[in-house]
Amino acid sequence: MSFLVDSVIMFTSQVLFFGFGWLFFMRQLFKDYEVRQYVVQVVFSVTFAFSCTMFELIIFEILGALSSSSRYFHWKLNLYVILLVLIFVVPFYIGYFVVSNIRLLHRQRLLFACMVWFTFMYFFWKLGDPFPILSPKHGILSIEQLISRVGVIGVTLMALLSGFGAVNCPYTYMSYFLRNVTDSDILALERRLLQTMDMIVSKKKRIAMTRRQIYQRGEDQNKQTGFWGMIKSVTSTQTGSENLSLIQQEVDALEELSRQLFLETVDLQSTKERIEYSKTFQGKYFNFLGYFFSIYCVWKIFMATINIVFDRVGKTDPVTRGIEITVNYLGIQFDVKFWSQHISFILVGIIIVTSIRGLLITLTKFFYAISSSKSSNVIVLVLAQIMGMYFVSSVLLMRMSMPLEYRSIVTEVLGELQFNFYHRWFDVIFLVSALSSILFLYLAHKQAPEKHMAL
Amino acid sequence: MASLDRVKVLVLGDSGVGKSSLVHLLCQNQVLGNPSWTVGCSVDVRIHDYKEGTPEEKTYYIELWDVGGSVGCASSIKSTRAVFYNSVNGIVLVHDLTNKKSSQNLYRWSLEALNRDSSPTGVIVSNGSDYDRERFAENPVPLLLIGTKFDQIPDNKRNEVLTRTAFLSEDFNAEEINLDCTNPRYLAAGTSNAVKLSRFFDKVIEKRYFTRDPSQMTAFTDRKRFNFKSLHYD
Repeated sequence: MSFLVDSVIMFTSQVLFFGFGWLFFMRQLFKDYEVRQYVVQVVFSVTFAFSCTMFELIIFEILGALSSSSRYFHWKLNLYVILLVLIFVVPFYIGYFVVSNIRLLHRQRLLFACMVWFTFMYFFWKLGDPFPILSPKHGILSIEQLISRVGVIGVTLMALLSGFGAVNCPYTYMSYFLRNVTDSDILALERRLLQTMDMIVSKKKRIAMTRRQIYQRGEDQNKQTGFWGMIKSVTSTQTGSENLSLIQQEVDALEELSRQLFLETVDLQSTKERIEYSKTFQGKYFNFLGYFFSIYCVWKIFMATINIVFDRVGKTDPVTRGIEITVNYLGIQFDVKFWSQHISFILVGIIIVTSIRGLLITLTKFFYAISSSKSSNVIVLVLAQIMGMYFVSSVLLMRMSMPLEYRSIVTEVLGELQFNFYHRWFDVIFLVSALSSILFLYLAHKQAPEKHMAL
Repeated sequence: MASLDRVKVLVLGDSGVGKSSLVHLLCQNQVLGNPSWTVGCSVDVRIHDYKEGTPEEKTYYIELWDVGGSVGCASSIKSTRAVFYNSVNGIVLVHDLTNKKSSQNLYRWSLEALNRDSSPTGVIVSNGSDYDRERFAENPVPLLLIGTKFDQIPDNKRNEVLTRTAFLSEDFNAEEINLDCTNPRYLAAGTSNAVKLSRFFDKVIEKRYFTRDPSQMTAFTDRKRFNFKSLHYD
């Protein structure tokens, strides 16, 4: 009986998550496009719903809600469904929509989509080879094979985003890094842009006029016959078209310049807006947060390096360690069991909410930046794939943040994966990503003022 | 050669509707082979014979300024785009016939271009308050509405789409042309589309050079709130 009640609760929450994913898709992602293929929206919402259900199950685990057998059952069910979606459904549809966009292959879309899917499966399988993620007792078709590979991809993504985010966050928040931009800089650049546009326009006018004259002359010359008439027509059109190709080259160069100027002006405008924002109260608050985050970021990089160099993996989670410290060093006695449960609930809750929110915001920005009306379906599905893998691996990694008694269910459900490997892999990729972001931002920061010096 | 008079016409619309293909078709009489995203603004020039066939025939340069981007993008991009909106003599609004949202966004585009002194505050009110058509009726800048990807509408939806665009052209007090930018025959000489196009350009030239109204250049600078009823078809 309790199983039935639990299932009903799980099902309602899944429907709620599905609805939220649907709304997010419609209101945020596809704000400027028309949804013509509803299957895309459904697939996205389903992926989102099942990923959120996994997080919900972790929370239930900590709170001890629902009976443990029904929790276990739902874990397994959820895991199978999400693996099915991530490995079969989403890649197949990505292949299908990519193939439908290519006019040549339009006829046998299904066939080509299946071929694409098989290629994907091949590479997906091959992905497991260089990593020590499996023990020999797992069969070839076991769930651990799939999860381990999904875990590798997801952990890489998480570490990349995390590393870049850890560096970018203080860089954007702190006003120390803001270059000084004055209104006259912007005006000067805009004037240059308009001058370039005027030059392009005058050259294009010449091209259009020359073409028109050639065309009119060509019509007159069609009436000319005879030997000399033919020679004259050849020479005059020759010089005309040579001139044209020269001017056209100049125009191409000027157009490239105008694009550069436009992008630089946009950059200056956005810097100016950020400077104005930093003078407001909110801006000052974020500036302060930026200092705080930069310290946190440095500490994280340091810890990642230590972990790799000394080959150590943290054994205890922050909650238990925090409680140990308070009890042993500060001598405060309190009900460890009770507090450990609540604190881990809060901590895990915060991690979940911020990672979902952060990922959705990043995906939205990414989507706006690169999508067009043709490729919007494909991009949304790719984002759904990334989102699913990201959430699955965050469950994997979150195991480390929970006290021992709550870890057991994750270990049981996900099978005997080499969890330590994933943490090590996360540290490595995080370090690489953070260091290369620092390098990249440093170069970008250096390059920008030099561009303006050259004006 | 460059001593002909000129007029400046903006080509506005959402990303991906086909503005670059359209401008290429209008100016080079050829289909654009490899369309790619327009960064910033791309200009092309068309030579137009004003009042063709009459004794007052005169040739003008028509500059078509194809401004790229989307209507909901960052304000830094919007402020940079605003430099292209100076001294505009005509506006061509382009929308995708297969994408309703691109048609709805045209209200915001037109506001952004005509209202360049203040931030685009065009609020689309979905019910109540009558649409203020007078604002566009006395609008000094001539508008033309062009719907692209005409060939991609399935036959059974054609009537619905055409009714929708008819309402749109009424709202803007503008002529409408529906075409496919990859097929030059829609604008072939003698078709009604070609006539409408040439009439639009004539109107733009007339407004610029032959009207004695000194306030022809002002935009909607003194009007702050706009109510549109865009839901004839929703």
